[in-house]
Amino acid sequence: MKRNDRKAIDSHKKNLGMGRNTGYLYLLPWMIGFAVFKLYPILATAFYSFTNYNLFNTNLRFVGLKNYTTIFQSPKYMNSFGVTSRFALLTVPLKLVFALFIASVLNYKLKGIKFFRTAYYVPSILGGSVAISVLWQFLWQDDGLINQVGQIFNIPKVNWLGDARYTLLVICLLRVWQFGSAMVIFLAALKGVPTELYEAASIDGANRRQQFFHITIPLITPIIFYNLVTQICAAFQEFNGPYIITAGGPMGSTTLISLLIYQNAFKTYNMGMASALAWLLFIIVAVLTIIAFASQKRWVYYDEDQK
Amino acid sequence: MNVKHLARKSLPAIRYGILIIVGFFMLYPMLWMVGSSFKANNAEIFSSIGILAKHPTFKAYTSGWFATNYQYGWYMLNTYRFVIPKVIGTVLSAVLTAYAFTRFSFRMKNLLYSICISTLFLPQVVLNVPQFILFNKMHWLDSYLPLIVPSFFAVDTYFVFVLVQFMRTLPHNLEEAAYLDGCNSLQRLYYVIAPLTKPAIVSCMLFQFMWSSNDFQGPLIYVNSVEKYPAALGLRLLMDAENGFEWNKVLAMSVVTLLPSLVVFFLAQDSFVDGIAAGGVKG
Repeated sequence: MKRNDRKAIDSHKKNLGMGRNTGYLYLLPWMIGFAVFKLYPILATAFYSFTNYNLFNTNLRFVGLKNYTTIFQSPKYMNSFGVTSRFALLTVPLKLVFALFIASVLNYKLKGIKFFRTAYYVPSILGGSVAISVLWQFLWQDDGLINQVGQIFNIPKVNWLGDARYTLLVICLLRVWQFGSAMVIFLAALKGVPTELYEAASIDGANRRQQFFHITIPLITPIIFYNLVTQICAAFQEFNGPYIITAGGPMGSTTLISLLIYQNAFKTYNMGMASALAWLLFIIVAVLTIIAFASQKRWVYYDEDQK
Repeated sequence: MNVKHLARKSLPAIRYGILIIVGFFMLYPMLWMVGSSFKANNAEIFSSIGILAKHPTFKAYTSGWFATNYQYGWYMLNTYRFVIPKVIGTVLSAVLTAYAFTRFSFRMKNLLYSICISTLFLPQVVLNVPQFILFNKMHWLDSYLPLIVPSFFAVDTYFVFVLVQFMRTLPHNLEEAAYLDGCNSLQRLYYVIAPLTKPAIVSCMLFQFMWSSNDFQGPLIYVNSVEKYPAALGLRLLMDAENGFEWNKVLAMSVVTLLPSLVVFFLAQDSFVDGIAAGGVKG
């Protein structure tokens, strides 16, 4: 069946008389875009990272690994790597677990599901907006909604945005609050799990929890994987929240690497240093992505037909 | 047995309970923001968790609108000056790219597609420095060109990915008929493939509209003069201008900033849900 299909397509392609190069023609815009706005910048970043390049300093010099050694010897920079890791480690699992949990509740046939789905989705659709960061800053003020609600339950006020112990948590929660898009993806995946499997399992006496962990989870591992990788990439690029709400403070507690790249590149125009930081960030994201892809064989279940 | 029975009966109630509590956490902050924008001053805002103002007033809206050098509407307008070209460029280039990947065979196609998809995972911050230097050399700084032009070259490969997933499912026989009628490949794209891909194209447009009107880092890097500020930067300006910070003004303008996006979202909800699900599920 499949082979026949492919044969039909192949012969059809010949029939439509498409020249060998017509495809490249349509691909041209992307190829230019890739070369100019992706490939060149990534190579140039690597190159600049070994220089003292500054926009206002015309004499460009190679400095070898100096930018990198500066980073590894400076508590400020090392701190930002710690902050970024903590941010990702806190945000990604919380967001995914929550998104999956809510998606599985929404997956039952209940009245008014659409209303809830919309309500949960709105924050992540608007999430990147400065206005949402403003809202978040507003909520966690000394007399903001969070502390006011706390007081009703006799919880003493917390200086959420001024106490270095809590600021990163506040920034993380902004992203966890935006679990909506991950949830929508999970929900679509859950709807794709064949109901016969659940029926068969309940005949065999499996309870709901067993069904969830032994049928649902294995079948949606490709989607868990997809969400995991996209969320890791997003977490390491976080910028708006810490930049707008806390400006990286207090005491560097929310200074993510992306903030330091921005400061170096566009405040002091120290492009060499910014490039070294950017390249390190790139390596971290690349290594994590590669690890995730390599680990796929161990835990991600792909349907035979799909492959 | 009895306990089990009771538990089963109360399950829907528990589920509703969870949904309502979570829904409360999702919506209440936003409602509080909208409510507070109608309150008279900080003292009133920070003295109650209630949404409704004692004496609702539009004062914050009018004073916030005129609080900076330009009327707030100007910043809103600026936003769409680059968002609309960007949406158009994204759709055009992503459709062409997806068409090439799904309807043609050529050498190194699989390799090129893998490269295309792998750039999905490339963090934008890594590209910012050389891109900035490039745009600086072209004298494009302090204009919208750095925000618009790349989108005409399919740099947001997420949209290519979504369109490829969709176009793959389209049958070949219509194109064949069009071919027999004498359509060349561009005509087949225009008359056959593009109309069939419309649902995916619409959701790409909606997402790009949303994402680029919310974009903050791009304008922050490339747009310097206040005259060209989009809403994202205008709002920041208002926050900085407000010494002592009159929250109702800032919140009122936040509401104004979000309003167009909210309207678009509610008009096209299903498209958003289907679009994001399509991107994730088939990958």
